[in-house]
Amino acid sequence: MRLLLIAFDPLDAVAGAGFAQQFGAPFDIVQVTGAPVTDLGAGTVHSAGLETVPVADALAEAVLGLAREATHTVAVSAMRSKDVLARLAGHLDAAMVTDVVAFESPTVFHRPMVAGTVVATVEVLETPVVLTLRPAGFNKADRSGESAVQPLAVGEGRAVRLSQTVRGGSRPDLSQAKTVVSGGRPMKDAETFERVIGGLADKLGGAAGATRAAVDSGIAPNELQVGQTGKIVAPDLYIAAGVSGSTQHMAGIKDSKVIVAINKDPDAPIFEIADFGLVADLYEAIPELMQKL
Amino acid sequence: MKILVPVKRVVDPYAKVKPLPDGSGLDVAGVKFDVNPFDEIAVEEAVRMKEADPSVHVTVVSVGTSESEEQLRKALAMGADEAVLVETGDPMDSGVVAAELEAVVRQVQPDLVLMGKQATDDDNNQAGQMLAARLGWPQATFACKIARAGDHIEVTRETDAGEETLRLALPCVVTTDLRLNEPRYIALPGIIKARSKPLAKQARATDARPKSRVTTMAAPPPRAAGRKVASVDELIGALRERGSL
Ligand SMILES: Cc1cc2nc3c(=O)[nH]c(=O)nc-3n(C[C@H](O)[C@H](O)[C@H](O)COP(=O)(O)OP(=O)(O)OC[C@H]3O[C@@H](n4cnc5c(N)ncnc54)[C@H](O)[C@@H]3O)c2cc1C
Ligand SMILES: Nc1ncnc2c1ncn2[C@@H]1O[C@H](COP(=O)(O)O)[C@@H](O)[C@H]1O
Repeated sequence: MRLLLIAFDPLDAVAGAGFAQQFGAPFDIVQVTGAPVTDLGAGTVHSAGLETVPVADALAEAVLGLAREATHTVAVSAMRSKDVLARLAGHLDAAMVTDVVAFESPTVFHRPMVAGTVVATVEVLETPVVLTLRPAGFNKADRSGESAVQPLAVGEGRAVRLSQTVRGGSRPDLSQAKTVVSGGRPMKDAETFERVIGGLADKLGGAAGATRAAVDSGIAPNELQVGQTGKIVAPDLYIAAGVSGSTQHMAGIKDSKVIVAINKDPDAPIFEIADFGLVADLYEAIPELMQKL
Repeated sequence: MKILVPVKRVVDPYAKVKPLPDGSGLDVAGVKFDVNPFDEIAVEEAVRMKEADPSVHVTVVSVGTSESEEQLRKALAMGADEAVLVETGDPMDSGVVAAELEAVVRQVQPDLVLMGKQATDDDNNQAGQMLAARLGWPQATFACKIARAGDHIEVTRETDAGEETLRLALPCVVTTDLRLNEPRYIALPGIIKARSKPLAKQARATDARPKSRVTTMAAPPPRAAGRKVASVDELIGALRERGSL
């Protein structure tokens, strides 16, 4: 067995190495951007040293040779990894398992399906296999050892990037944040979302998230969507304000340690999974909360 | 320009479904099926491109049992020109789907394959990228805007951190995200017209076999029931007690 971890940046390398170490096979890392992280126990870090992640066709081709030598090619679940790793699986004609949350053996994995309403056990019938994984289910990486560093060349892609908007600002990354405050449809506009949801997030040193309804209506930017088809979060504290609790939204928050729901409808489904539910108008409850914290 | 849109029949994404008690699959008794929502968005986009340029021809394809004819008819009612059903009851993973779609691409020779980013039943998010790799075509996943520019297209795609715009030479594969468009409501004349549009049934063209299989499906571990708090003060107290603040 040999594992290849595709890390898109240094944080990704640390998040993915926990799985690699727990898996127990020797592993190498491909690190696409940033300075190579060399104390994660990898044999070699193949460092592309880029500033931005290249287009999928270029990156998939650049790592194809290394992936051919691995039994398992893995990456932390994200849009960027699904983009590239599924293409890589196509080149390798390999099995792929998306969003792995646990493993029983090198060929048996657990993953949610159907918007998290089931957890499936998936058996892979042959290697190589390509995986994306949700790090919340695995050990934190142990930092020791010293890896060799090799440069990795990435060629031109056939798709050409014309422009790129990278938002983010001062808040922690949504997928890794310890606290997340999310808002839904009742947020009036982008300014209100930013003031109420963003304000509480800042007060708690956390990230802001949103439902699809809030994103679709232009109230929140797309990268804040939490759920089945958006980001998966697993913070210590998740506060959902004006969120009904659709299956699709809950699929993204179930691994949160403590869920708080603020909703004016006492029958909203979100209360069925919330640890603490407050039946209230969020425009009254959140300012009061901010003032008392 | 020819556009090929793969569509999958999936369990109604708004239905509450559960695993069967013996874990052998999903309990779909009495549950409706529909076009995978992302594929519906892909059909809508293709039909809009056709409305903007009548020389565009839209073929929809599904790989599955004869029941998928219902979803292909819906796509035809939305405005697609013709449909292909690759009829099979074989077990499939996204790799098998990609192999079969590759064969249909060779047959139909589209300039653009427009498909969903993920099926809402398996939540795989794989087939489009696998198909692009097999064909050696460029890809743009998670599209929220598509513009034609001569023999290229420009695709704005959602990313983990915002958006980006890619320029792709045709032929290429594009997968759709939620914000690309809002699929139209199908009016009765469209449904009637769809009945007379061509729908070809054919057998599988490859012997690709699934490389993975779902052995069991279980309900996720339930979250312990929580409680309601009566005031903001009580909420803060409860969170302090839990160590969450
Ligand atoms: C293919 C597909 C994928 C999807 N993916 C996702 C996804 O990834 N993430 C996601 O979130 N959704 C997703 N959805 C959408 C999902 O089905 C729901 O439509 C959506 O989550 C609802 O968002 P919401 O809770 O903000 O809105 P609503 O369901 O409209 O709920 C709003 C809630 O706010 C409450 N409220 C109103 N005013 C106030 C107030 N002043 N104070 C307090 N409470 C108030 C109401 O009581 C209500 O419960 C997807 C849907 C499909 C079909
Ligand atoms: N059986 C199928 N027939 C036609 N298209 C499919 C089928 N399965 C998947 N697809 C397409 O591939 C996309 C991604 O599916 P998946 O990899 O299963 O998440 C879907 O949105 C469809 O466009």
